Amino acid sequence: MQRFEKETGLVVPLDRLNVDTDAIIPKQFLKAVARTGFGANLFDNWRYLDHGEPGQETPRTPNPDFVLNKPRYQGASILLARGNFGCGSSREHAPWALLEYGIRAIVAPSFADIFHNNSLKNGLLPVVLPETVIDRLFQAVEAHVGYSLTIDLRGQRVFAGDEEIGAFAIDAFRKECLLEGLDDIGWTLAREAEIRDYEARRRNEAPWLFQSAGGHS
Amino acid sequence: MGQARPGRYQWPLLSATDAVLSRRETLAKTGARGRIILASAAPLRTMAHFIRLISMAKTLYDKLWASHVVRELDDGTCLLYIDRHLVHEVTSPQAFAGLRTRDRGVWRTDANLAVADHNVPTRDRALGITDATSRRQIETLEQNCRDFHVPLFAMNDVRQGIVHVTGPEQGATLPGMTIVCGDSHTSTHGAFGALAHGIGTSEVEQVLATQCLLQKRSRTMRVRLEGTPPPGVGAKDMALAVIGRLGTAGGTGYAIEFAGSAVRALSMEGRMTLCNMAIEAGARAGLVAVDDTTINYLAGRPFAPKGALWERAVAAWRDCVSDADARFDQECEIDVSALAPQVTYGTSPEMVVSIEGRVPDPANEQDPARREAMSAALAYMDLRPGTAMTDIAVDVVFIGSCTNARIEDLRAAAAMVAGHKIAPGVRRALVVPGSGLVKRAAEAEGLNRIFTDAGFEWREPGCSMCLAMNADRLESGERCASTSNRNFEGRQGQGGRTHLVSPQMAAAAAIAGHFVDIRHDL
Repeated sequence: MQRFEKETGLVVPLDRLNVDTDAIIPKQFLKAVARTGFGANLFDNWRYLDHGEPGQETPRTPNPDFVLNKPRYQGASILLARGNFGCGSSREHAPWALLEYGIRAIVAPSFADIFHNNSLKNGLLPVVLPETVIDRLFQAVEAHVGYSLTIDLRGQRVFAGDEEIGAFAIDAFRKECLLEGLDDIGWTLAREAEIRDYEARRRNEAPWLFQSAGGHS
Repeated sequence: MGQARPGRYQWPLLSATDAVLSRRETLAKTGARGRIILASAAPLRTMAHFIRLISMAKTLYDKLWASHVVRELDDGTCLLYIDRHLVHEVTSPQAFAGLRTRDRGVWRTDANLAVADHNVPTRDRALGITDATSRRQIETLEQNCRDFHVPLFAMNDVRQGIVHVTGPEQGATLPGMTIVCGDSHTSTHGAFGALAHGIGTSEVEQVLATQCLLQKRSRTMRVRLEGTPPPGVGAKDMALAVIGRLGTAGGTGYAIEFAGSAVRALSMEGRMTLCNMAIEAGARAGLVAVDDTTINYLAGRPFAPKGALWERAVAAWRDCVSDADARFDQECEIDVSALAPQVTYGTSPEMVVSIEGRVPDPANEQDPARREAMSAALAYMDLRPGTAMTDIAVDVVFIGSCTNARIEDLRAAAAMVAGHKIAPGVRRALVVPGSGLVKRAAEAEGLNRIFTDAGFEWREPGCSMCLAMNADRLESGERCASTSNRNFEGRQGQGGRTHLVSPQMAAAAAIAGHFVDIRHDL
């Protein structure tokens, strides 16, 4: 996982409620078997005027009205979004696509649960700020070309230059994982004995839970 | 909640007895009590949780959670044991690749069950998969299952089907389990009194490697559905009504237990439909308490326990209910005795009205962001405010998906179709059974003939036009009456327009060529 400590970057605003993961990365790109190659198709249906297919070689026609295509937002690493960002499908391709495009943090009033979780496991930081602060940020981004924010994970603060915009919460465990770039699996496997103990106890209490689900391998 | 600072103790704002909330209140409260408080590093607990600790009365969610905690960390993060892991072709290849890269194996192969569903063709299976990228993904799943000894229902196996239809059908889904899958509609399995939710690919890899997940506890919400719904109104309408009430984010951070007389009266198929759509209200998990309906459904299923073990299991499953005096973080009650069939008009499942209703006018929406979202949705859907829902004509009808492709759904749809033909304006009407066994059962009852005689296509099982990863999709501008779960932009094909309805409503729309109030036809 990519480490995350502090990110200062240009902010791109996506002024839309309930942005779903189908919009973030449309279904035809989920046929890939690798973790990479999704950045070019982030927000594909909104970002391009022509229909995209995986592995397409022909040049695409960008939609000049879509915010990510506007010259002033090129190189943005912080996405400013509205409520319930990332709702819908559990596809982790959504945070993969955002990261590959260059987004390192998303600032929004709320996130869908599964997307929030998937983002944290990939070093993409979801930052929740109150609705009123988000409203002000949308106005500020609109008003000032080159508007940037700094997100300080260690201090759990968001700054615009020297001005503190707000504080955000994060689970202590998740924060540590992000700061250190820790892998959940490695952490868990280090507790193998505890898992074996649990299994032994449960096998005794509820043996039917340890029957095969069937099928053939 | 601008004052929500990390580490600062805040007594939660909610009361344990939040009464029926309007949608706006619910949203406001969700915002107020959302991530900021939940995710705080401080040892926050809700008042309802505190009361539960004192009273010892537990919700079903509490019981499921407590029985699966391997270890709890200081910030409340838990290492949670996973009993059943369902695997499909779209969200697993990168997880298996991760195992290979780090030379890790699968912790417990027999806890897993794999089946290809998202990409599979629904006709001419004998020809194989003609789409090269889809074929590669399915072959990758087959290879991964061979290499890691994960049980698989192959495409030519009669048990193949949509993972959320297949699991319960086989008895691989059992009460008291924790069940995960790299698919958000894993909430379906909560219908059995199991804690079931969708996960991403990193977590798929973690479950394969460790049989555990690192999770934070959800808050609990009980949605009581009371009364007897009118004929023609069922689980899908209840699910859409709940989403309309809570909003698409109203359940964020919660596990929703569906209770009340209307839920008790539902079959397992109906309960699965209801829990399936909990995620569309933002809740990762839906739950229904175990009762005789649950146990009768499971008896004799291939992978349900047998003999003395069955008796022992049933005795344990009887406790997969919320205690009578258990307190929930939030409560909501809906009287379904006068509920009308529901139809969505927009591009979020919360944009729903009854069949008697009209397309709402965004001008009446006070909140600017919501007004904007509604206007954008109506533009995408090519609908004018004030249009009667019964005046909306459809081009395509899709009966299928993990929401509504079980035998009972097909029976209900067939009952509407019998003796009729699809309307001339309807270009395509598809019935896609949820599994090979559902297909076989429907054929044994002659349902396939009823559909094909009316002009429907009778297909092979898979996810199909719910998300249009295979060849089944809407063309741009086509309008579809769909029994699936998401009406997002482009979900059923780029530029396609989706109206979510029940199987009966979809079938009736196919016959009439537009939405109809089926209560008048019954």
